[in-house]
Amino acid sequence: MKISDLMKKRIQEFLDEEKRFDNRKLLEFRKIEIETGVSKNAEGSARVKIGDTEVIAGVKIDVTEPYTDHEDEGTLMVVAELLPLSSPHFEPGPPRIEAIELARIVDRGLRESGFIDFKKLCVKKGEKVFGVCVDIYSINNDGNLIDASCLAAVSALKTARMPKYDTKLERIKYGELTSKGLPLTKNLPLTITFHKIGEKILIDPSSEEEETSEGRISFALSRNPGKKEDIVINAIQKGNPKTFEEKEIFEIAELAVEKFKELEKRIKTKEK
Amino acid sequence: MIAEKKIIKQKVDEEREGKKKKREIAIPGEKIVSGKEYLPGDGTVREKDDIVARRFGLADISGRLVKVIPLSGIYMPRVGNIVIGRVEDVTFNGWILDLKSPYSSFLSVSECPRYIKGDLTEYYDIGDVLACKVVSVKHKSIDLTIKDRGLGKLDKGLIIHINSNKVPRVIGREGSMIKMIKDETGCEITVGQNGVVWISGSKVEDELKAKEAVLFVANKSYIEGLTDKVKKFFEGKRGGKK
Repeated sequence: MKISDLMKKRIQEFLDEEKRFDNRKLLEFRKIEIETGVSKNAEGSARVKIGDTEVIAGVKIDVTEPYTDHEDEGTLMVVAELLPLSSPHFEPGPPRIEAIELARIVDRGLRESGFIDFKKLCVKKGEKVFGVCVDIYSINNDGNLIDASCLAAVSALKTARMPKYDTKLERIKYGELTSKGLPLTKNLPLTITFHKIGEKILIDPSSEEEETSEGRISFALSRNPGKKEDIVINAIQKGNPKTFEEKEIFEIAELAVEKFKELEKRIKTKEK
Repeated sequence: MIAEKKIIKQKVDEEREGKKKKREIAIPGEKIVSGKEYLPGDGTVREKDDIVARRFGLADISGRLVKVIPLSGIYMPRVGNIVIGRVEDVTFNGWILDLKSPYSSFLSVSECPRYIKGDLTEYYDIGDVLACKVVSVKHKSIDLTIKDRGLGKLDKGLIIHINSNKVPRVIGREGSMIKMIKDETGCEITVGQNGVVWISGSKVEDELKAKEAVLFVANKSYIEGLTDKVKKFFEGKRGGKK
């Protein structure tokens, strides 16, 4: 059942009083759980839960030809699939606009942050490079798939192991992994998605809040590789019809940095 | 006297335990009992001599009748059910509602208590929520009515969704559970048989409390003596406030 006008009105009234249905503050994440190594066949995998939202990401590594403009760099591909089982609004078939957008946000967040050192993925310049493919599957959608997907993709990449490369046949030995991980840098790329309902800005919406959302803006952030204290914005994606004012964007950008630090801390404590 | 009471209590307990043993979890395709003397009830089917479960739930054998009390699954409408649905579409002679059931349901203009003229969207538009009663279920079409007390458009309050199989527990025996929640929170509550619950109160806090209580019951529906648990839940809430 889609969300009713009654509920939309109610959510807005609640938000005007700075209240949410699950007693959270406007800028508060739900409980985050990260589980790695969930897939036997993938080089790296992770299951991320944010509240009831659940996402699985898997990483496969193969040898491919490089792009002609980046002959000595490996390739990255992010594909998202919104499974019909995860939400009544998702249908089977080729990926729709939501899935493509989701994959693009995650892709840009990963790519622009320099999280993966693509130069180190080169096997033979101009001919053979390692290609990293990240697959994202939604298991349950209770809002905020974007942030969950990015977190899952990052966690999966962190646990990924390089496959064995057969130098004679110039291809990968399938099913055999080395103990070496992907060449990753330490600056974790994360996305923080903000939603605007009425005049209020909130993060980590439930599915009801997400359906009520009038404006959406996602920030992909990471630490500056040169200066660790600085946080840089790698990508911004705007969705839903409502507009944001210039002032609001700057406010949100500052909030994003704040939330990034909080999320980063939470993830680091989880890993130990 | 006291000794007698004790014996009776023991007997009752034994009976209860006996009942509990009878209700085992059945999964679709699982044989519950075999024998021609048993009759297949709701959620079961006869396969030769065996009675086989068709749904996931608790197998209940009472006398000759074998049935499965479902624990999961989608809502199947029945005549007389009070349901809450959302208007999905407006046609020239009525409204099509979404009841979270596999079939579409139709509310005709003639089933409205008011005189309706002209544009139907002026009365109920897409996105509105209505409390209705199921009047007929034919093949795959459901007909609804709002000609009764307490039915019609819900224009304030909030909506929550629960598993439709948990609805009997939320209502309780002869409405005991829902009455308690209503009394404790001072909210108006309508529980649709399709698992849609409407809560409306004068204060936001009351509504949230009622919502929490309903979800509490729905999540802990398998526990025995749930009414006492809910009572404690409310007492805890009150204690917390002080």
